Amino acid sequence: MTLKRALGALAALIILWLLLPTLVIIPMSFNSAASFNFPPQGFSLQWYENFFTDPAWLRALGSSLQVALVTMVVATSVGIMAAIGLSKVRFRGKALLESYFLTPLIVPGIVIAIGLYSLFLRFNLLGTLPGFVLAHTVVALPLVIINVTASLQGVDPRLEQASATLGAGRLRTFFSITLPLIMPGVTAGALFAFVTSFDEIILSLFIQSPQLQTLPVKIYNSVTQASDPTVAAVAVIAMFTSVLVMLTAQFATRKRKRVSA
Amino acid sequence: MVHATSTHNRGKRSGDGGDPARLAREPKNWRPFLLLIPAFVIVSFFFLAPLVDVFIRSISDPVLGIQNYVWLFTTPTNMVVALRTFGTSFLVTIVCLLIAYPYAYLMTIVSDRTRNMLQLFIMLPLWTSILVRTLAWLVLLQDTGPINGLLQSLFGIGPLPLIRSTFGVALGMSQVLLPFMVLPIYSALAKIDKRLLPAAANLGARPVTAFFTVYLPLSRPGIFAGSVTVFILGLGFYIIPALLGSSKEIMMSALMYQQISGFLMWGQGTALGIFMLTATIVVLVLVGRLAKGTSLFAGRVK
Repeated sequence: MTLKRALGALAALIILWLLLPTLVIIPMSFNSAASFNFPPQGFSLQWYENFFTDPAWLRALGSSLQVALVTMVVATSVGIMAAIGLSKVRFRGKALLESYFLTPLIVPGIVIAIGLYSLFLRFNLLGTLPGFVLAHTVVALPLVIINVTASLQGVDPRLEQASATLGAGRLRTFFSITLPLIMPGVTAGALFAFVTSFDEIILSLFIQSPQLQTLPVKIYNSVTQASDPTVAAVAVIAMFTSVLVMLTAQFATRKRKRVSA
Repeated sequence: MVHATSTHNRGKRSGDGGDPARLAREPKNWRPFLLLIPAFVIVSFFFLAPLVDVFIRSISDPVLGIQNYVWLFTTPTNMVVALRTFGTSFLVTIVCLLIAYPYAYLMTIVSDRTRNMLQLFIMLPLWTSILVRTLAWLVLLQDTGPINGLLQSLFGIGPLPLIRSTFGVALGMSQVLLPFMVLPIYSALAKIDKRLLPAAANLGARPVTAFFTVYLPLSRPGIFAGSVTVFILGLGFYIIPALLGSSKEIMMSALMYQQISGFLMWGQGTALGIFMLTATIVVLVLVGRLAKGTSLFAGRVK
């Protein structure tokens, strides 16, 4: 019992260490002084005002949302197809193909980044919407495949056969039988894809151009080049966006657990 | 959130095609292969092709040959940077392991409700981008920051170099990578039969002996999976060392950036990239040998 209590205390400390430091950014964003010194002095909304009146920041937010939404659509549709394909085919090397789709998760991001930079230089894709979307799709796709595959495992294959027996075509069966059944996994995968793209920084740093910068890139440039306290407000906005999306994803997975149970 | 481990449970997957009758009915079902094409094309063009491009540049820029690798291995600074990168990543792995193990163990001995809470708390940080979390550390650890202020007023020391030092980098990286250690260790610990420890005690083993001879070896798959993930992810970190580290003590990722973006030395930068990639593969293979049956993606979340 004493061991359990000691471990509990340790766990509490670990949780504090994980969560508390990040929250420091919230009071900083309401600082009335133009500095990063903690504790902040006074209360002001000037940095939020700065953000919402500065076209450069707003453009970065717009680009980020645009890239993240398109990435979400592309990664989710491609990921659903791949997951279903993988669940239906049987051939030697299938496990290899599966790993191939997931490898972008474990290859150091910086190496993919310099590769994409080199490739995009040749094909003039630097700082373009397709460039950003395709780069982000590579790292978002594995998350969609993982989530959809997990959902597919809970689907009884006889349902699809029944649907086919009753005369439904493959597409009809997919949209009226399979898709509703795997919807929780699809939702979670799509939201993960969105957040991955929205928060992605390392690939984005290399493939950016002055024409197209996502929010994290602009935050990074602003921190390393100029000390503009506006970044605290931007960071809070970015943080709440991804937390909100992830909360939704959490609900989607909850539902799935209940369904499969 | 979902563990990738589940994707490896191929045996469970509805056995389609396993049924001989069905196989006979659909002798060559090639249609599902079409579904794999888009993903294959995207991953090949925007993941594999860039990596191949990196390799080609490393042996052909500026001229064909291995001069970039000669430069890589004969320049003392490079070796110092490589050692620092591996060392920091190793340090972070150890720190995460020491913190994650008791946490994961606690998860196995509490009620379901508490366990879900503990799991949620470990996942929560993943919901915020590394950049935002690093900014927060920057505020806290800077020379004029609250931690140095506290140290000064309490003990009259400082300001300590909490940032622009390996300490800052290791602190920031451990905080970000901890979940990737906790989850695989937890899934290994959860599989261990709870009766083994009392059994060892019955046979006369003291708790410490029982832990080291029975429990710890059984948890090895989780330790390996978590450590590999943390170590490999740590090698490639760029943002945290750039913001919390010292510009005089850079890591490999920053050196790559410097060579390519700063000096336009594509050959040298890409050779560093291939070196890092090779190191990653070597670690994976070595640990894969040590821990048979450890899934590469165990504990992969998000």
